[in-house]
Amino acid sequence: MAALTIAARTGNWFSALALGVTLLKCLLIPTYHSTDFEVHRNWLAITHSLPISQWYYEATSEWTLDYPPFFAWFEYILSHVAKYFDQEMLNVHNVNYSSSRTLLFQRFSVIFTDALFVYAVHECCKCIGGKEVGKELTEKPKFILSVLLLWNFGLLIVDHIHFQYNGFLFGLMLLSIARLFQKRHMEGAFLFAVLLHFKHIYLYVAPAYGVYLLRLKLKFLDPNKIPKASMTSGLVQQFQHTVLPSVTPLATLICTLIAILPSIFCLWFKPQGPRGFLRCLILCALSSFMFGWHVHEKAILLAILPMSLLSVGKAGDASVFLILTTTGHYSLFPLLFTAPELPIKILLMLLFTIYSISSLKTLFRKEKPLFNWMETFYLLGLGPLEVCCEFVFPLTSWKLKYPFIPLLLTSVYCAVGITYAWFKLYVSVLIDPPVGKTKKQ
Amino acid sequence: MEKWYLMTIVVLIGLTVRWTVSLNSYSGAGKPPMFGDYEAQRHWQEITFNLPVKQWYFNSSDNNLQYWGLDYPPLTAYHSLLCAYVAKFINPDWIALHTSRGYESQAHKLFMRSTVLIADLLIYIPAVVLYCCCLKEISTKKKIANALCILLYPGLILIDYGHFQYNSVSLGFALWGVLGVSCDWDLLGSLAFCLAINYKQMELYHSLPFFCFLLGKCFKKGLKGKGFVLLVKLACTVVASFILCWLPFFTEREQTLQVLRRLFPVDRGLFEDKVANIWCSFSVLLKIKDILPRHIQLIMSFCVTFLSLLPACIKLTLQPSSKGFKFTLVSCALSFFLFSFQVHEKSILLVSLPVCLVLSDIPFMSTWFLLVSTFSMLPLLLKDELLMPSVATTMAFFIACVTSFSIFEKTSEEELQLKSFSISVRKYLPCFTFLSRIIQYLFLISVITMVLLTLMTVTLDPPQKLPDLFSLLVCFVSCLNFLFFLVYFNIIIMWDSKNGRNQKKIS
Repeated sequence: MAALTIAARTGNWFSALALGVTLLKCLLIPTYHSTDFEVHRNWLAITHSLPISQWYYEATSEWTLDYPPFFAWFEYILSHVAKYFDQEMLNVHNVNYSSSRTLLFQRFSVIFTDALFVYAVHECCKCIGGKEVGKELTEKPKFILSVLLLWNFGLLIVDHIHFQYNGFLFGLMLLSIARLFQKRHMEGAFLFAVLLHFKHIYLYVAPAYGVYLLRLKLKFLDPNKIPKASMTSGLVQQFQHTVLPSVTPLATLICTLIAILPSIFCLWFKPQGPRGFLRCLILCALSSFMFGWHVHEKAILLAILPMSLLSVGKAGDASVFLILTTTGHYSLFPLLFTAPELPIKILLMLLFTIYSISSLKTLFRKEKPLFNWMETFYLLGLGPLEVCCEFVFPLTSWKLKYPFIPLLLTSVYCAVGITYAWFKLYVSVLIDPPVGKTKKQ
Repeated sequence: MEKWYLMTIVVLIGLTVRWTVSLNSYSGAGKPPMFGDYEAQRHWQEITFNLPVKQWYFNSSDNNLQYWGLDYPPLTAYHSLLCAYVAKFINPDWIALHTSRGYESQAHKLFMRSTVLIADLLIYIPAVVLYCCCLKEISTKKKIANALCILLYPGLILIDYGHFQYNSVSLGFALWGVLGVSCDWDLLGSLAFCLAINYKQMELYHSLPFFCFLLGKCFKKGLKGKGFVLLVKLACTVVASFILCWLPFFTEREQTLQVLRRLFPVDRGLFEDKVANIWCSFSVLLKIKDILPRHIQLIMSFCVTFLSLLPACIKLTLQPSSKGFKFTLVSCALSFFLFSFQVHEKSILLVSLPVCLVLSDIPFMSTWFLLVSTFSMLPLLLKDELLMPSVATTMAFFIACVTSFSIFEKTSEEELQLKSFSISVRKYLPCFTFLSRIIQYLFLISVITMVLLTLMTVTLDPPQKLPDLFSLLVCFVSCLNFLFFLVYFNIIIMWDSKNGRNQKKIS
């Protein structure tokens, strides 16, 4: 019994949080999954059954391999475990094969690989300082950050319902950020390089890394070796706008570059240590999200997750974080459009939103309030918007004539919030004075 | 953080777990001709909506009692009627007479699961929240942790949202009853408890402690004065609530008798299926069902049940206290479960609810009991293909209890409330100092056995000659555990002398 007591004590709150969310992920196994499930099954089949030379040519299924090679190797390794669950899923011609064992294997592979994310969160908690307002465990910045990251709503519904492998990828990113905070620059750079070879979407934040590390006089990235990612490809059909002028990929690239340029300059000329790097990273991610070509709504997570690290540091950052997160998470709602998942997404959203707002408000209770009346009003407006889009609209006659209205309303409403957060963050980056290189860890 | 934010978060976690479990299969899914409890509930909506009240409990060409005839009291029927009205509004095919038999669809499943969630949200969850907020002498953080653990109790979630039943309604009403009676709102408490009994007759397991506690209160107030007034008021409340619920069935004697016959099927024998009580577990050694005639079995079960619960009830009448009341609820319900007739494995939930209420008093033993109670329903849960949610919710519950109460640090004699007992025993046996250690070892053995049995049941096939081997083993092991708990809880009640008189009531 003494051994169990010790185990219970050292298996402390962090383990409880990690285990708790893992069990929740297990409970989410029977939920709806999107076509991404078939995408990954197909990639398991391709990498298992075909020689490497064929991997990027195979096109039996419409979901061709369009992630960089490390991800292909990852699927290859997974396929060797998959064969013990159900050999049939590894047949390239078994399009849309989803036996119960396949489902179980795929879901467990996501849950299992999330271990890297948990480790990265653990390392991030070691890096943040933050004020200690009270002695209560639940009021410590480490605790709040752990919950905000481990129980992140967006990551839960995108990875464990919709089906993707963002968990371990964000784990790599957070780990590289943590290493940069810990001044282990080589490791941080290496981890980011590895990450780029898993999923090229992280190119959005590469400028921040490049400038920061260059600024520290470390050369890590040979521009010629960056894999030529295809930012302008994708399965979604090209379409021309009928009312507004059509936008070309080049135009979006130019807009994105213009948007991130000030933050890059700030990072170079006004160094603020790792914290400044993090802000620049978030701004790069947000700008690319707002102006980039063929951006998925899930890309908002690229800004939300790193922002969590800043949110427990300063009240101003907490305020921006909450607006960004709440609107960003709400914008993910259209991903889950099936009826049985409706209560889950509403409950989880409420859970995360109420926790994040109340815990950060408590953490910064000695400073001025986090939201002004306008921001409060805007955030509260998300409730009626949801009711209108999901409950009222389907019962009206407009459902047949204009089925896109809920999506349009959601996009427009969230765009306002995200743009506002981007703007506020930019202002704080430009206005805040530079600090010494050794920011408190 | 403010209490209300935390409590809201706890409730949201409870609701999320409930809904995710409900995405799984239900009892009898895709298994014609009889299906399961889910189809039974759907059928009751069909019957209550399409037939007049007088025909609900009678066998007729429109109402075949062999196919899931109504066997719960009138409140269940009224609830089914209410759901049927909503069903009619959405899709009349779901409750069309005769043609809707065995109706299964995604939309219908969503509807049925929603009815369970709404009933839970309206009755059971507010009762739990209020109960935890009213607990005395513990910190706010502990109250909220208590609420989290109660709301995460796997047994109730798996049965209501997995197998499919409405236990949260009857248990919720019973909990309102406990709250009312403990806070000295005796009339409201009795009314709530009468509603519970009129929803599911199994709530009668809790009726003796309610009766004894209230009687004890009346005695304390003096039978010549206020006590007598209270007694009369209580009697009137009980009678009035019963009349209100049974009104349509009191018009004819035959109606009342038929309903009673449906509620108490004495013809069905001592036990059905595998259940973790004495009669079933020991039928492996001695086939009681075959040896003794039916009426002797009934009398024997009656006598043993009452003998086992009498001491606690008498003590409660003589020394009424809310702490004694809660523990007597546990021991009475457990006695009924172990020794009564026609007990179903789901009836363990009637014991689990009072144990949840004493979670803050004896966290270690309560957690242990609640784990065993979930384990005892394993055969049923496996039949409904609920293995994954069972394991996940049980582990979540265990983690919640360990972190909230640090249960492994609360295994001393004092924490287990066995101090006075140990002192008494030490008068005769001075070397009796190892009680705490014994209990810890028993816990380890119990958990290891449960884990092993679960693994065996899931991975291995039973031998051909003994197809029910694993179910019976589960019942047998659970029964042994329950017998231990029966003794333990009775010891706490009987040796709780000094604290009994000075115990503050909850309000």
